Amino acid sequence: MRLAELKNHERELYYFQLRIGVAGAAVLIAFAILFVRFAWLQVLQHDYYRTKAEDNRISVVPIAPNRGLILDRNGVVLARNYSAYTLEIMPAKVRDLDNTIAELGEIVEIQTKDRNRFRKLLGETRNAESLPIRTRLSDEEVARFAANRYRFPGVEIRARLFRQYPYGDTASHVIGYIGRINEKDQERLEELDVAANYRGTDFIGKSGVEGSYQSELHGTTGFEQVEIDAGGRGIRTLSRTPAQPGNNITLTIDIKLQEIAEQAFGERRGALVAIEPDTGSVLAFISKPGFDPNLFVDGIDPQSWAELNNSPDRPLNNRAIAGVYPPGSTFKPFMALAALESGKRNPRSTISDPGYFEFGGRRFRDSKPGGHGSVDLYKSIVVSSDTYYYQLANDMGIDAISAFMKRFGLGQKTGIDLDGEAIGVLPSPEWKQRRFRKPEQQKWYAGETISIGIGQGYNAYTPVQLAQAIATLAANGAMYKPRLVSHVDDLRNGERRYVEPQLVRNLGLKPEHIEFVKNAMAGVNKEGTGARSFASAQYTSGGKTGTAQVIGMKQNEKYDEKKIAERHRDHSLFVVFAPVENPKIALMTIVENGGFGARAAAPISRIVLDYWLLGKVPDSPRKPVPEDDAEAGD
Amino acid sequence: MELAALSPRRFARRFATGIDGPLLALASLLVGIGLLTLYSAAYEYPARMTAQLVNLAVGFAAMWVMAQIPPQTLMRFAVPAYALGLLLLIGVALFGDIVNGARRWLHVGVTRIQPSEMMKIAMPLMLAWYFHRHESTLRATDFVVSGLLLAIPVLLIARQPDLGTAILVSAAGGFVIFFAGLSWRVIAGLGVLGGAALFPLWGLLHDYQRRRVLTLLDPSSDPLGAGYHIIQSTIAVGSGGITGKGWLQGTQAQLEFIPERHTDFIFAVFSEEFGLLGNMVLLVLYALLIGRGLMIAANAPTFFSRLLAAAITLIFFTYAFVNMGMVSGILPVVGVPLPFISYGGTALATLFVGIGILMSIHKHRKLVQT
Repeated sequence: MRLAELKNHERELYYFQLRIGVAGAAVLIAFAILFVRFAWLQVLQHDYYRTKAEDNRISVVPIAPNRGLILDRNGVVLARNYSAYTLEIMPAKVRDLDNTIAELGEIVEIQTKDRNRFRKLLGETRNAESLPIRTRLSDEEVARFAANRYRFPGVEIRARLFRQYPYGDTASHVIGYIGRINEKDQERLEELDVAANYRGTDFIGKSGVEGSYQSELHGTTGFEQVEIDAGGRGIRTLSRTPAQPGNNITLTIDIKLQEIAEQAFGERRGALVAIEPDTGSVLAFISKPGFDPNLFVDGIDPQSWAELNNSPDRPLNNRAIAGVYPPGSTFKPFMALAALESGKRNPRSTISDPGYFEFGGRRFRDSKPGGHGSVDLYKSIVVSSDTYYYQLANDMGIDAISAFMKRFGLGQKTGIDLDGEAIGVLPSPEWKQRRFRKPEQQKWYAGETISIGIGQGYNAYTPVQLAQAIATLAANGAMYKPRLVSHVDDLRNGERRYVEPQLVRNLGLKPEHIEFVKNAMAGVNKEGTGARSFASAQYTSGGKTGTAQVIGMKQNEKYDEKKIAERHRDHSLFVVFAPVENPKIALMTIVENGGFGARAAAPISRIVLDYWLLGKVPDSPRKPVPEDDAEAGD
Repeated sequence: MELAALSPRRFARRFATGIDGPLLALASLLVGIGLLTLYSAAYEYPARMTAQLVNLAVGFAAMWVMAQIPPQTLMRFAVPAYALGLLLLIGVALFGDIVNGARRWLHVGVTRIQPSEMMKIAMPLMLAWYFHRHESTLRATDFVVSGLLLAIPVLLIARQPDLGTAILVSAAGGFVIFFAGLSWRVIAGLGVLGGAALFPLWGLLHDYQRRRVLTLLDPSSDPLGAGYHIIQSTIAVGSGGITGKGWLQGTQAQLEFIPERHTDFIFAVFSEEFGLLGNMVLLVLYALLIGRGLMIAANAPTFFSRLLAAAITLIFFTYAFVNMGMVSGILPVVGVPLPFISYGGTALATLFVGIGILMSIHKHRKLVQT
């Protein structure tokens, strides 16, 4: 037995050593192949490669293209380039960075801000060839450095193009900003297989149109073939393939309208999206507060970044596409339309509104104590009766409501040409099923349908969705994709490409139903909750106020604005289109924590319409309507 | 106290216990050539020279420590090391950092680690342990199990994507399986199957990986991208001629035409400046190192140490062959460094750990099998 085992071991060892021998032979064969290859290259082909190496005195230097401009619909420049000198360090070629920076500080002014930014860039970019320590040097500073250049190997002055945004924080969420190409950007460029075209380019669009139209704006990188001497210094340029500039982009935005609307907001937070109903062109696109995109251009310093990032006002958040809000009573015109289309209501039938709707032992209160008395469909919109819509929602049921609102694009991305659009929530039993985990939470309760009717409950939409919906209503059911770009100019061949309006679908609504709802909305601005804001307007308009609750109220608690922290106050909303006969503009305004829709959002909308339809410029920022003037209802 | 009482001579002898002279000499010669070449390649980046010296110090220390650990002790680390490596690889797949487009690094406290690197040692360790345990009852199923143990981490690494490391790790595991006695018929069958699998595999490759393979066939198709590497490195090798252009005299290297010239393409710099003669010296050094390793394997007392030593030795070979083949344009560009010569701390540490393990196996060759 032991002997057999020993024999077995010996056999095993023999086989192992045999395989070692085989491996050794394989190694020798592989090395022989390498040797043959080396001999082929270094002996037989040596002359060929020697000549190649000698000719290899041509260095290919990329030339970064000029970035395309961004213009407003009238050709006003919103983003442009200018040339400036930067002082750049090649980190890999510098022995002692701290010391070098300290010594540079004696020649040109280097602030703590610059140092911090340099450190931040150094941390973000791997294998960076060259990073700026100072940007926008004065002529005198350039001269001083040139005289001391020999002391600083690995430091150079470069002429670079910088992006500039003349309008500062105006329209910052539309235009966006550019920043240095970071690892993530680099990865995306490699995925798209365009990394070669970005050799020599340091910046890339990060947000807004700068981001979503990056490939149009960037252009084609050129190359210069430079003959170099034995020391690697350039002697002369042999050939030059110039860079092709990026395309200019003309927006549908009117910067003047944008400015006026942003001024109307003042310091308040919120969003506004104005759309041309029969094309989907966005005329004004506001998310307040904005930010100054110029801060990002040469790499934002950590302090400014922290301020923007940590502000409770969230200035970097694009509320118009990424903010989701309950629509409040601005939902009612769509509910009314749904009622007419489904035959659940006709214009003549009335209900009596005691100031509440009772369901399952619970009272759903109307915002007007005591109610509006006898209410028909027209009046329900004009005075904004909650009771009417509680009942309506209950009669229609969640499936019918949800299906109808889906046709208006609510709770879906509009497809506007910006990145980062939120989806929002179009409530439905299916949505609840997906959203929640626990079975008892997944069930849809009939009581939940009731507050959906007045735009509360789970309803949550982005301002751009609501703007698209109101524009679709204004265009009698023709739904266009909102678009920010009117045309793209190719500077190389002078061609202009128009971005055609894109019809998403025609909702096929009955003309008399649309007519009815539009008429009721006109009533809102004539005799209803919007009347004060639109007093003596020289054009017709159809609007709807809305108030969105930020915090829930208990059953018998009364909403008392003065007792509630500013950030817990209701959001003020207003949707409007004008003129009623032939709408040229439809817009959605929300003022966060602005209180009643009639108070904050409607006056801003009025200013926008006055400018767009009459060319009227407000002489001074409008004062908000005093509190006790606000009409009952919202 | 005891150490202090030792005379310097005895101290040195004590310190040198377990260090194998030939292995140390060969590794040192290679390292010396590496530093010489790195000096030339990174002429304008003096910081790299200093960093590489630090890497070497760490490497030699790791080698010394490993040389002191007997194979029996090492065997106990096999399963934990493999399990940890696998866990970290899963961690990388889920939360890894992305550097240069690949997800390879994992944050651990203040530092980042690259778990795929650790697999290069943990994999042969694990498989050698596995075969050792089943030595007397080795059956076909054991080869299937070992194949699975190999495939899972390799797939995770290939997904990162890190083709270079995936090749090295699967080679390391494959060598163990081969030396454990996988039948020649199965090997032949796998060869045929592998050939047939190339077609579907092609579809799984990343775009840039496919480009690299295609570029190998026709480098001029992409003169500014991946092909540039191959064109410039073959020019460097070819223009070196028989005797080379001389140290610091390589125009391809000094005019910065060779990309990655201090890491994966350092062989192009060496070959340009030292020519065919230099290449022969390098090949001979590697052959001797591999020969010494195989000798140690052949004389090792246990199944475990035999398998481990043979696999580690052939990893050295794989490194050298793949790297030189890629630089001279007969293999596609994958990220494999030239062993003991390329700049970079991680690879160097792994290689020296391997040398240390070989030394330990050699030292314990006469121990009775447990």
